[in-house]
Amino acid sequence: MISPLSGPWVKRVLSNWIQPAAMAGILVFAVMRGAENINYRWQWYRVDDFLFTSEQGAWSAGPLVQGLFVTLEISVLSLFLTLVIGLAAALLRLSSSVIGRGLARGYLELIRNTPLLIQLYVMYFVLGPILGWGQITTAIACLAAFQGAYTSEIFRAGLRAIPRGQIEAGDSLGLSRIDNYRYVILPQVLRHMLPPLTNEAVSLVKNSSIVSVIAIFDLTTQGRNLIADTFLTFEIWLTVAAIYLVVTLALSTAAAMAERRRAGA
Amino acid sequence: MSDETQPIIAFENVSKWFGTFQVLRDIDLRIGDGECIVICGPSGSGKSTLIRCMNRLETHDRGVVRVEGVELGPGERLPRELRGKIGMVFQSFNLFPHMTVLRNLSLAPMRNLGMDKERAEQTALAYLERVHIGEQAEKYPDQLSGGQQQRVAIARALCMKPDILLFDEPTSSLDPEMIREVLDVIYELTDDGITMVCVTHEMGFARKVSDRVIFMDHGEIVESAAPDEFFDAPREERTRAFLNQILHYEASA
Repeated sequence: MISPLSGPWVKRVLSNWIQPAAMAGILVFAVMRGAENINYRWQWYRVDDFLFTSEQGAWSAGPLVQGLFVTLEISVLSLFLTLVIGLAAALLRLSSSVIGRGLARGYLELIRNTPLLIQLYVMYFVLGPILGWGQITTAIACLAAFQGAYTSEIFRAGLRAIPRGQIEAGDSLGLSRIDNYRYVILPQVLRHMLPPLTNEAVSLVKNSSIVSVIAIFDLTTQGRNLIADTFLTFEIWLTVAAIYLVVTLALSTAAAMAERRRAGA
Repeated sequence: MSDETQPIIAFENVSKWFGTFQVLRDIDLRIGDGECIVICGPSGSGKSTLIRCMNRLETHDRGVVRVEGVELGPGERLPRELRGKIGMVFQSFNLFPHMTVLRNLSLAPMRNLGMDKERAEQTALAYLERVHIGEQAEKYPDQLSGGQQQRVAIARALCMKPDILLFDEPTSSLDPEMIREVLDVIYELTDDGITMVCVTHEMGFARKVSDRVIFMDHGEIVESAAPDEFFDAPREERTRAFLNQILHYEASA
């Protein structure tokens, strides 16, 4: 039994955080020196208010934290939709239907070979008005369609890695096709997929910053608006970057913990 | 025994091809309810394909297969009413690695026989006792030895209360010292009246448990006879050559 405070797992999580922190330190140091040379006047004390404001002891979220919540909301919802789309596309790719395989293939190539920004514009200016979608819906659908294409390849690899014998065993026990997938195949696929899926979730959080171009008040938009108001370019971009970093590192830490629990089971 | 009245499995002129390679050649075979059949033959002779055509993991290309009175044409899969009626035990066990032994056994009865969890687990435990591993119910498959895993797989098939049980080389991936425990368990099942079809190279086992031994070569049934006759007085030259080959060491030892 590995104690929770020792072993390779802790080392891994620590290195997860220490290495980016060290890199960030070096970067900040370089930026500081550079800023000195151009006589940039640092005003870090003003940044606090953009994170949290307190009025007479009552704390409320500042613009950056509000933006973070929007970013998280979009990321979580589109991650869920990504998994649905990814699984559906992978099943179509592996199906015996020629039309199904063609559709999945076409979707994959279309998404992979056009820029995300253009996809977002097409969805927002063309599909959105036709379907009557608002900004948030458009943003979630666009990110999920984009990430779903990559995730479907992960699902496909995961499904193909399951030995045929597993499906045959379920078949010969009389499990229906759906039950076979639900109880036998997918739980095994998801276990293999956890590490690459973490990457997808991290990409999704980062890619969500692109929704700032369609007037959604996510973390990136909030940062840009604050800079327009205050001209604190260095402080705010560094803060915004640090917030994204904390979120994505937290995600990979959670995945490492989940994987460890699985290994211990 | 196999009589002319109502075979539980019947093959009439069944052929199958993998691409241009013909794996089954005009197979005619009748298996009576409750019979225990052993199929042997060199590798690539079509024996696995033959039993996989019985539960429709493979479909045939020509001829007719009848299972429990249901007629199955070329390409036809197992119909709903036969689902779970034909159990199979595989060479590589194929237990579900992410489930406990108990869950491996209780899943299909809960989903298909309408058993509640408690009853399915009681049934599962009863069958685990029968294959002498009742104490392993809470373990995961990879914590068991090969012989234990195969016995779990047998118990899992039994939980669906099948009419027919197919064994596809059940001991071929086992270490020698574990073969015995698995064969003993299969032998104990012959009292139950389940129809059993077993592909195996264990000739001592074939002689002891089977009602009939079938020898296949190049996709054909070369010889089909009661075990004593099959081993002591094989009619076909090819059967003699095969038996000579695999019994060589036993005989000279």
